[in-house]
Amino acid sequence: MNLTSIDDLTPSLFQEIISLSDRFIEVSSRPIPKVPVLRGKTLATVFYENSTRTRLSFEAAAKRLSCDTLTFNLTTSSTSKGESLQDTIQTLDAMGIDFLVIRHPLAGVARLASGWTNASVINAGDGCDEHPTQALIDCITLIQISNQLSDYDPDCQGSDWPYLKNLHIGIVGDIVHSRVARSNVRAFTRLGAKVTLVGPPTLLPSDASSWPVDITYDLDEVISQFDVVYALRFQKERIVQSLIPSLDEYIRYWGISSDRLDAMKPHCKIMHPGPINRGVELSSQAADCEKSVILRQVNNSVPVRMAVLAALSGVYVHDD
Amino acid sequence: MTSTYGLHVPSDEGIFALKAQVMSEPDIERALKRIAYEVIERNKGSQGLVVVGLATGGVKVAEKLCGTLGEISSPKPDFGQLGIAPYRDDVHLRPIPIEEVTSIQVDIDSRTVLLVDDVISTGRTVRAALAALNDFGRPTSVQLAVLIDRGHRELPIKPDYVGKNLPTSREEYVEVTDAGVAILEKVLA
Repeated sequence: MNLTSIDDLTPSLFQEIISLSDRFIEVSSRPIPKVPVLRGKTLATVFYENSTRTRLSFEAAAKRLSCDTLTFNLTTSSTSKGESLQDTIQTLDAMGIDFLVIRHPLAGVARLASGWTNASVINAGDGCDEHPTQALIDCITLIQISNQLSDYDPDCQGSDWPYLKNLHIGIVGDIVHSRVARSNVRAFTRLGAKVTLVGPPTLLPSDASSWPVDITYDLDEVISQFDVVYALRFQKERIVQSLIPSLDEYIRYWGISSDRLDAMKPHCKIMHPGPINRGVELSSQAADCEKSVILRQVNNSVPVRMAVLAALSGVYVHDD
Repeated sequence: MTSTYGLHVPSDEGIFALKAQVMSEPDIERALKRIAYEVIERNKGSQGLVVVGLATGGVKVAEKLCGTLGEISSPKPDFGQLGIAPYRDDVHLRPIPIEEVTSIQVDIDSRTVLLVDDVISTGRTVRAALAALNDFGRPTSVQLAVLIDRGHRELPIKPDYVGKNLPTSREEYVEVTDAGVAILEKVLA
């Protein structure tokens, strides 16, 4: 079974990952946070793009499940001798791996790779396409705090499917380059949340009108309606200068500044997939204030990825 | 078919009928009381004892046994519960019970741990529990109490305290509830 997109998840597998995450949060709090669920299995991380938290949390998740890990290092690998992606993956497959965690600058590579190996392929970010495990981490973080999030009847959310019913989530910033946004729109809306995308017209995808979301360019008009403000990283490496007039102007219109903190609902939470450009999409004050649940997202990253690995290998909670 | 203590009857594997009621509620109480006295006798009191119920079926039995131990000896033992699903050798074949919770709030190093389950059969659950316990600390000793021993052991594991030996066939199931212990047999596959 693969996880190249949030759309790969059947409702029951989505539910399994949510339930298993709870187990592995408890396991992670033990004196010895390691269980033999994936003993004898092997996971390879193949990253053609830089990463700290995603790669390390996948490797930590594997190790806590007693799964062995192989790390592909782009600069010291045979890629520098001209080996193709296909040959690299087929070589790993021939060595015998059970999970292939892949990140690549081109959209669709994870799905392509799944045709070259029998291992479970997990997309750790493919260009501007998807980053499904980040979306799962964000969903589980929101489910944990959903009772703090709303003025609505607490019984109507957070307890059962759809877990995020009645929440209004604003995803703010550079949507067009964001694989996190694409996965999160799919995941949040499947869990019943209302999603509004906010950003400059040049950084909104041209096909966004077909997504199940509202779209606006004016952050100040909508910020007071959100239960969650999800700030995206300003992807300097992908943004060409013609897309925005200047960084200062971008910050003034779409950055989460201290003035905008005051305009938010009192219970509104701030999320970010990391790494943060402090002073760009989030002011330092916004990143560190009591509204921020960014460190909770990081906290959940290992147990949720443990849940993904266990669920893809066939461990399950619900018997139906 | 869900029982108060745990699921010993796979609901999806056919229809089961009551074959025999083998223990009543007072029978269970008497058996646990006897086990409690045996535990106190063997450990010369309840000092340093931690009672750990195996989730999900063993937890209620363990709670009762822990309460009885507290009545006949002081101090009342510490209590914990252990979910062993991640340590099971068949974790990929059967679901993890949704209500399975692990909670051991005390340090078990240099203590005596009394593992408690409602029914022992193959011994694989206990094998997994010993592995799980190992990751929580290093007890001085581990003892095992079960309400029912129904045989069919597949591993060299023997309980220290047994409520009742109950020879059954593999086609039968043992159901433990508040009302007692019953043997069920499959009437329709």
